[in-house]
Amino acid sequence: MPDLIEKKKTEAVAVSAPEKPEKARSLGSDAWQELRRNPVFLLSAALILLLIVITIAPGLFTSVDPRAGDLRNHYLSKPSYGHLFQDDWFGYDGQGRSIYARVIYGARASIIVGTCVTAAVTVFGGLLGMLAGYFGGWVDTLLSRITDIFFGIPLLLGALVVLNAFTARTVWSVVFALVALGWTQMARVMRGSVITVKQADYVTAARALGAGTPRILFKHILPNAVAPVIVVATIALGGYIATEATLSFLGIGLQDPTISWGIDINSAQNVIRTAPHVLFFPAGMLSLTVLAFIMLGDAVRDALDPKLR
Amino acid sequence: MAEQPILEVKDLVKHYPLSQGVLFRKQTGAVKAVDGVSFALGKGETLGIVGESGCGKSTLAKVLMNLERATSGQVLYKGEDISRLSGAALKAVRRNIQMVFQDPYTSLNPRMTVGDIIGEPYEIHPEVAPKGERRRAVQDLLDVVGLNPEYINRYPHQFSGGQRQRIGIARGLALKPEIIICDEPVSALDVSVQAQVINLLDQLQKDFELSYMFIAHDLSIVRHISDRVGVMYLGKMVEIGSDLEIYDHATHPYTQALLSAVPVPDPTARETRDRIVLSGDIPSPANPPSGCRFRTRCWKAEDRCSTEVPLLAVPSLLSGPAAHASACHFAEVRQTVTT
Amino acid sequence: MTTVMEKKTETGRLVPGTPLLEVRDLHVEFKTRDGIAKAVNGVNYSVAAGETLAVLGESGSGKSVTAQTIMGILDMPPGRVASGEILFRGQDMLKMSGEERRQIRGQKIAMIFQDALSSLNPVLSVGYQLGEMFRVHRGASRKEAKAKAIELMDRVRIPAAAQRVGDYPHQFSGGMRQRIMIAMALALEPDLIIADEPTTALDVTVQAQVMDLLAELQAEYHMGLILITHDLGVVADVADKIAVMYAGRIVETAPVHQLYANPAHPYTKGLLRSIPRLDQKGEELYAIKGLPPNLLKVPAGCAFNPRCDAATDLCRTETPALHQVMDKDGAELAGRRSACHLWKETLHG
Repeated sequence: MPDLIEKKKTEAVAVSAPEKPEKARSLGSDAWQELRRNPVFLLSAALILLLIVITIAPGLFTSVDPRAGDLRNHYLSKPSYGHLFQDDWFGYDGQGRSIYARVIYGARASIIVGTCVTAAVTVFGGLLGMLAGYFGGWVDTLLSRITDIFFGIPLLLGALVVLNAFTARTVWSVVFALVALGWTQMARVMRGSVITVKQADYVTAARALGAGTPRILFKHILPNAVAPVIVVATIALGGYIATEATLSFLGIGLQDPTISWGIDINSAQNVIRTAPHVLFFPAGMLSLTVLAFIMLGDAVRDALDPKLR
Repeated sequence: MAEQPILEVKDLVKHYPLSQGVLFRKQTGAVKAVDGVSFALGKGETLGIVGESGCGKSTLAKVLMNLERATSGQVLYKGEDISRLSGAALKAVRRNIQMVFQDPYTSLNPRMTVGDIIGEPYEIHPEVAPKGERRRAVQDLLDVVGLNPEYINRYPHQFSGGQRQRIGIARGLALKPEIIICDEPVSALDVSVQAQVINLLDQLQKDFELSYMFIAHDLSIVRHISDRVGVMYLGKMVEIGSDLEIYDHATHPYTQALLSAVPVPDPTARETRDRIVLSGDIPSPANPPSGCRFRTRCWKAEDRCSTEVPLLAVPSLLSGPAAHASACHFAEVRQTVTT
Repeated sequence: MTTVMEKKTETGRLVPGTPLLEVRDLHVEFKTRDGIAKAVNGVNYSVAAGETLAVLGESGSGKSVTAQTIMGILDMPPGRVASGEILFRGQDMLKMSGEERRQIRGQKIAMIFQDALSSLNPVLSVGYQLGEMFRVHRGASRKEAKAKAIELMDRVRIPAAAQRVGDYPHQFSGGMRQRIMIAMALALEPDLIIADEPTTALDVTVQAQVMDLLAELQAEYHMGLILITHDLGVVADVADKIAVMYAGRIVETAPVHQLYANPAHPYTKGLLRSIPRLDQKGEELYAIKGLPPNLLKVPAGCAFNPRCDAATDLCRTETPALHQVMDKDGAELAGRRSACHLWKETLHG
């Protein structure tokens, strides 16, 4: 009798659990299943998708030339409900240019700087940090000293020197300068994380099985060491966009014919009391972008941790 | 043991250099973790290794697994020295010697499914199981260690300690090894689960003709599972023999002290037990005492012990079960008043 | 309300046998992501001066949570004392103010932890940490505190105490660090010591030294000792009485000799049968089947029923009370209780 009850119970469980027993699952597929059901991820992904579309095809969103000014509209701000999604619904800046159009066209520089710098810094710094942490010894000593040297260079001062080497400064020269000076942070985070993880018994177990270095690094160490890097990277992304703005303000970043949120935020500083809308819209977009990436980073990090499921 | 032992260790030494200086590193000494250990392991046999922390038993396991390079000495697997192997030759040998780890919470990658963990040996050694059969093989292994094969898609954190240790054992079995080195395989488990895992290891040994090297600090468990037992102290093997010889006829004072200190789960033994309480702590393996390493804590120590290193050999004066290898100048069976 | 008359010895210590601590129907819960885990589920036990109570249990049995609740060091939240009383010399500590409890903690009740290395502050010298107790609680000067620290280190037999008083925790071996922990617990001569797995992290030969020291000091000061452990061997060596815990409940209490000779609960019985013995080599070990329960899903009825060989339908539906255990003639056995519907069969069968 008791056995029967037990059996029935297990059967009931087996029926109710919608498991497809023949399908092998892995961390990647499980993480994706998890993400698809996470509203935070969906929201942030939608926002980022929208920003990417804006970056690629700003013409879809506005027909106004962001560089064309009409001084009659000097700091004009009359957004009303009737103007929703019109070219003037964010108002005009000091030179009478449509702020809406500038926000749309400015997305490109800011997002390219933000995402490209973050991606490059994470890959490059992360890789160096991983190698230093995993191999230790003289590799670690050498890489860590190099990291320290770069870490010691003040970002703005360093960027000043690097950017002055370029005759024509484009978005890409800014990206280059920020990557050259920014990778150290990721290298340090990754190195520390890898040193903790590589002492785990499962790494020893993999070595005992005869696993090669690439397998140990990418299958065992990286997935367990990457979480803090993701967090730092998503937070740093906003910082890079802001740094680009600062560089532009100092006159060593992007220059006026180029449009970026950073440039607009800086030029709005002087009129913050009289025409706050000039600052509000590019700054708001910047915050929204940063928020979207931080949310995305959080969701991805959680999805990669089976314990949180 | 008429036939050739499956694993033979000859005068194995592992020193970790201690160095000073930042730029110009100078070796100032060495931690003598394992310092001249020899023994043999027969096919289907279980050799227990006991000793306290710092005695070198875990280092010994790492050297045997080739996770650390031996400083000198030989590890012979079926007559072939494997301690110097590298690359493909080493990888091939690894199939035959596997390991079960102490801590089931850190020895499984938390971000891999159970199927991936147990299946990883096949990815590293694809010749063992063809790709199409791997999943089947993993499920068979789960069944063998007493876990539900449907658990294949779960993650380690969804299991209890005992179940995780079973997963670790299944991973160790995947390559069909001949030797399994168990480094404290049950010490992290709950008492009521330890017996289950011990019984499982026993059963697997019978089913697959495995040879075990069973490293533990719990002498009761070692006695239960071992055919022969070696006692280590400060990097040296001080006594080795059959379980009867070691547990009932120990001749080395350290073994005697160790055995007498084990708490017996029987309160009536409280008054009658004849316990040797050793004074002091284990000396540092970086600076071991001269001569016999145990002499600083030994009640029998004389001048000779500080100058002459006792060899691990059968003392000529002893007979019967007391006649087994013991590294003491004054080896004799201790006369206890009661058991 | 300390109306209870307490007898004291000439040295001002409590006379052995004076009731010290009584835990009454204690319930402790933890809020987790997946629901409420009932870690402690109606625990009763008591300790008198000079007595050693061993609380035996596996991980998740609630033995450490109970101790932390007594000490007032439970993390709250997520933990919460749902109900119950903890009477220390007649006063309910759960009703005391934070300040009153702090006065008791360390001075009247002290705790020894498993991991001495992480319980000591690595950047302060051992002497400073020992002396701190006297400076904070007794208002001693630095010089007096140092002298006291040396005295204490001497007392727990640390060789060359006067020279080593300025050393840092990492400079001591594991056994020595655990002695320092004991010294720290003893510093203010408490009435009760709670030792949570005090020797688990130590080697066998050192374990014996530390347990002997603890027993000796306990006898000297007539302290009550609650020894929390999973090691049946250690318990047999030092305990006077035992409380066995399983899934947040006490399943059996008994004087030490009777428990080992004749357990009255299937769990205790199974545990005793499942440990390999040093003095005998068995064939196959008896193993309790199954796994310790998940505290979020404790089985209905007796929590042990899925693992029990003797379980009946009654065991699956009704939670057993902690029955008074009687011998074959129906006479009550003092101090023996069993939370098993079938205690008679278990004990006599």
